Amino acid sequence: MKKTVLLGIAVAAIAFVGSLILAGSVLWPADDLGPAPGKNVASNPADRIARGAYLAKAGDCMACHTPRGGAAYAGGRAIETPFGAIMSPNITSDREHGIGSWSRDDFWRALHNGKGKDGRLLYPAFPYTNYTHITRDDADALHAFFQTVPAVAKTNLPHRLRFPYNQQIALAAWRALYFRPSVWRDQGGQSIAWNRGAYLVNGLGHCSACHSSRNRLGATADGWSGGLIPVLGWYAPSLTSPAEAGLGNWDNARIVQLLKTGVAPGATVSGPMAEVVMASLQHLSDADLGAMAVYLKSLQTPAPAAKPAAALSPFAARAFEAQLKAGATLYDTHCIDCHQANGGGMAPAYPALAGNRALMMVQAVNPIRSVLHGGFAPATCDNARPYGMPAFGPLLNDDEVAAVVSYVRHAWGNLAPRVSAMEVNRQRSVPLD
Amino acid sequence: MRLMSLFPFFISCALALLSLLAAPAFAAPGALPDTLAQRLLACTSCHAAKEHREAFFPHIAGKPAGYLYNQLVNFREGRRQYPLMTYMVDHLPDAYLREIAQYFSQLPPATVPAQATTMSTTALARGRTLATLGDPAIDVPACIACHGQKLTGVAPAIPGLLGLPRDYINAQFGAWRNHVRRANAPDCMGLIANRLSNQDVAAVSSWLATQPMPLDARPAAASAAPLPIRCGGMTDGGN
Repeated sequence: MKKTVLLGIAVAAIAFVGSLILAGSVLWPADDLGPAPGKNVASNPADRIARGAYLAKAGDCMACHTPRGGAAYAGGRAIETPFGAIMSPNITSDREHGIGSWSRDDFWRALHNGKGKDGRLLYPAFPYTNYTHITRDDADALHAFFQTVPAVAKTNLPHRLRFPYNQQIALAAWRALYFRPSVWRDQGGQSIAWNRGAYLVNGLGHCSACHSSRNRLGATADGWSGGLIPVLGWYAPSLTSPAEAGLGNWDNARIVQLLKTGVAPGATVSGPMAEVVMASLQHLSDADLGAMAVYLKSLQTPAPAAKPAAALSPFAARAFEAQLKAGATLYDTHCIDCHQANGGGMAPAYPALAGNRALMMVQAVNPIRSVLHGGFAPATCDNARPYGMPAFGPLLNDDEVAAVVSYVRHAWGNLAPRVSAMEVNRQRSVPLD
Repeated sequence: MRLMSLFPFFISCALALLSLLAAPAFAAPGALPDTLAQRLLACTSCHAAKEHREAFFPHIAGKPAGYLYNQLVNFREGRRQYPLMTYMVDHLPDAYLREIAQYFSQLPPATVPAQATTMSTTALARGRTLATLGDPAIDVPACIACHGQKLTGVAPAIPGLLGLPRDYINAQFGAWRNHVRRANAPDCMGLIANRLSNQDVAAVSSWLATQPMPLDARPAAASAAPLPIRCGGMTDGGN
C-alpha cells in the first residue's frame, strides 16, 4: 500500500518536472544562433560604421530611443501602448547605462532573438519581430555604429506596464504565440530589387508596426491591412488596398518621391508618417527607396467590392443634405484659396482633395485631425521649406469640422461615409504629442 | 560624429537643389506664391492680430528674431508645452525655423488694444511697481530693466510685454513655476517666477495688459544698461 503511494508520488513528480521542462522549452526556447558572421565583418571599420549609421536611419532607431529635446540615443522616450508605457533604453556607447559593453553577439541576440544582454526577454515595442529579419552583417554594422555614438550617462527608466503585462512569463507566452526568429531569405522568382525592398520593408523599416492591424495582445497580423495606431490614434492605411494606400497603380518614381520628400502628386504624408519620412526615409538611397517601391507595389490586392450605401431615412437624408450645404459654405470660406474650387489643390504645396484616397477611407480620423490640427509637411532635402495648413481646431466647432470633412468626402465625385460631430469631438482629446 | 555622419546628406541635398535650379519651373506662373507669407499661413491663422479669438494667442509680428527662434526651438525640444505648437514645428529644421523667426520679426508690430481690468487700484499699483522698479526685497528686477524702457523688448532676444493678453502672461508664469516652460540655463524667468507670489503675478500681468502699446512698438536695438540677471535665452544659437 505504502509502496503504491510512493510510486504514485514519484510518477506525479516526474510528470510535473517533465511538464515544467516541456513548458520551459516552449516558453523559453533556446536562442536561434542564426548565420555566422559573414566576410563583410572583416571590411574596413570606417565603412562598417558608416554603413551602420545608414542602417540606423533605415530602422529609425532615433525615433524611439531619443526623447524630445534629449541626447541622441540616450533613451527615455515613453512608448505608449494599450498595456502601459515602455520606456526606451539608453543605447549610446556608455558602458554602464548604454550598450557600450555589449559584444556583437549580445547585440545580435537583442535584434534577432529579442533578448537583453542579461538574457531578459525584451518587449516587442522594440520591433524585434521585424528586426529578426536583419542579416548578421547588417547587425554587426549597426553594432559598430552604436559603439561610436557618444556615451551619455543616463540611467534607464523602469517601464510603466500594468499587471500581468509586466511579467516575464506573460512575455514568454506572447513570444511562444507570435515570435519566431528568422533572418530574411530572398525569394526565388523575385527580382533583386523586390527582395531588397522586402528586406527593408519587413526588417529595419518595421512598416508593419503601424500598417498592420493588431490583435488584443498587440501582435501584428500578417498582411498589410492597415489599422488604427494604438494610443496615437492615427489610422495607418492599408498598403494593399487600392482604396487606401496600396501602391499598385503608382509608378515607382512617384512612390520614391513620396517616401523621400514627403509630398508627391496627390499625396502628402502626415502624422506619424511625417516623422518617418523626416527621420528615416529621406536619408535612404534612391536605390533602396526604389527597391522598397518595387516591393510595395507588389503588395496590392484587388479593390474590395464597394458596398452600396444604406438608404437613409427621410429625416437623416435631410440632415445629411443640410450638413453638406454647411460644409460647402465653410469650404468656400476657409479652404478654397489653397485647395481650389475644383478640389484640385496647388501642387506641390496643397494636395488635391478631389480623388484623394486619404480623405475617403472608411476610418475618418486622419482627415478630421488634418482639419483640427493642420500642420506642415515634413521638411526634407527636396522640400526644405514646406507650406503649412492652419489648425482649424481653435476656429471651428465640432459641427463645423464634421460638416467640412463630410463635404470634402462627397464633393467632386468623392464618396465616403459622412462624419459626425461626435467623431470630431473624440479627436480633440487625443494627445498630439 | 553626428555632424560628420550627416555630411554626405548635406552634399546630396545641395546636389538635389542644384538640379532643381537647373530644371525649368513647372508651376504655372502665379499659381502658387513662393513667399513666406504663403508658406506660413499655418502660423498667421492664429497669431494674426485681427484673428485674436479667445484672447490667448500672443501676437508675434515685430518681436525680436532671436526670441522667436528660441521659442520655436523650445517648442520642438519640449522646453515649452503647447501641443499644437509642438505639432506644428516638430518636423521643421533649425534653418527653416530661423527663417520663420526672421520673417515675423520684420513685420510691423501689431497694435493690440489694452485690456480692461477689474483689479483693485492697490494691486495695479503693485503691478506697476514690479514692472518699473522691481522689488529688491525679493530679489526681483524691474521688467523694464530687461524688456526695455518702453516694455517693447530689446533685440536680439528679449520680447516685448505689451499687447499680451493677461491670461497668456499668467499662464507663462504658471508654466515657469511648474518647470514646464524652460529656457537654456540660466533660466532667468524661471528664477524670477519662483520669487513672485500669486498675488504679485496677478498684479503685474493685469498692469501689463492694461498698458496701451506705443505707436512705435518695435524692440529697442540694444539694452541701455547691463542686464540685472543672466539669461540663457540671450545666447542665440546655443540651443
